[in-house]
Amino acid sequence: MEHLCSLGGNNKKMAMLRESQIMKIHYITGVAALFVVAVHIMMRIAIMPYGMSLEYENVIANYQNIPYIVLLESILVLVSIHGFNGLRVILLELRQSKKWEDGVTVLTIAAMIALIAYGTRTIIIANGLGFE
Amino acid sequence: MTEQLIEKIETMEKKHEKEKHQREKEYPKSSLTLKIYRANRRAGESPHYDRIEVPVQRWTTVLDALLYAKAYKDQSIGIRYSCRMASCGSCGMKINGIPRLACYTKVSELQGREITVEPLSNFPHIRDLVTDFSQFFAHHHNVEPYIQNDIADMQEKNKLTEFIQTPEDVDKYLQFSYCIKCGLCYSACPTVATDTQFAGPQALSQAYRYFIDNRDTAPKERLNIVDNRHGIWRCHFAGSCSAVCPKGVDPALGIQLLRGHLLGYSKNEKKVAELEERQKRD
Repeated sequence: MEHLCSLGGNNKKMAMLRESQIMKIHYITGVAALFVVAVHIMMRIAIMPYGMSLEYENVIANYQNIPYIVLLESILVLVSIHGFNGLRVILLELRQSKKWEDGVTVLTIAAMIALIAYGTRTIIIANGLGFE
Repeated sequence: MTEQLIEKIETMEKKHEKEKHQREKEYPKSSLTLKIYRANRRAGESPHYDRIEVPVQRWTTVLDALLYAKAYKDQSIGIRYSCRMASCGSCGMKINGIPRLACYTKVSELQGREITVEPLSNFPHIRDLVTDFSQFFAHHHNVEPYIQNDIADMQEKNKLTEFIQTPEDVDKYLQFSYCIKCGLCYSACPTVATDTQFAGPQALSQAYRYFIDNRDTAPKERLNIVDNRHGIWRCHFAGSCSAVCPKGVDPALGIQLLRGHLLGYSKNEKKVAELEERQKRD
């Protein structure tokens, strides 16, 4: 937990990741998310009509397609990392105190992990892995 | 002879008088109203605006108008100023809502018959138009704004040396060295308004100024100083700092260039300036 608190912190010895490294990850995930979301939208409208692609059978069928699962998982991970770091940055500007900053960092990382875990669980269940 | 001289002098006086009338006709004296922010919390004075009418001419600056008001209308107006020629950076204030130097802003370039003058935003207020620059200077001090060079021996006078720089080397940092620390960019910065620990455009552009200077041999140390939670990454690139700078410095550019170095897509390939020993040269 102490390491999480020091993410991007001012203390050189304690910092697990420097702010520049975090922002590098932020920009890379942002650009990558743009690409995978574009592919995802294209697949929603290019293969079949948009309304039909959201029908129950078609959605479940998507989860049986391994490359599509990889795409969905990529979107989940990339958007979560980018989005929660963005939220962290906004909240850091809201108030300035070590307690607040460490709290915000820990909470956003925890929320990010929770969202990725929940999303991954959904993908696994929809795919039927380990449940058949 | 004497009569001729008197006649000549009289002619010159008439001519001078005629020219004076002509000048007054061309540039008529007029007046405008200064709406001055007044507050002195220590004395229990709540913030309010005083309206003072002052005579102005085409070349009158806002500082001239304020000093007229202080001299002839209300001597209690608090203003900080010094050089009156945009060199010292003391008279920064918000003029019609925009951070400007009062000595560098002519009333003729402002719209309307009323000019509103207020203290700079993002600075702790002291009195009337005077703000506290302690925090601003602390941020500037934090980026170590001086040349650090281990090779140069500053102790022994006989070994005093000079750095050899090309015009290209100088061009890299020259515009950033024009900064007069007036605080206008700091006042205009939207990030400083919300994040008091943010170093601000002035300090960050000075970090770049010394980082890119090839007489400096501590670029990594300086990068580490600005690479933290409230450092260079909190800049939103609004660009208002560059828009208000009275010396033509582009702090937003300096910040983006420094970011490029931190992200690794701009390589710092500066060749450290060579030293020439004075003894050899002489």
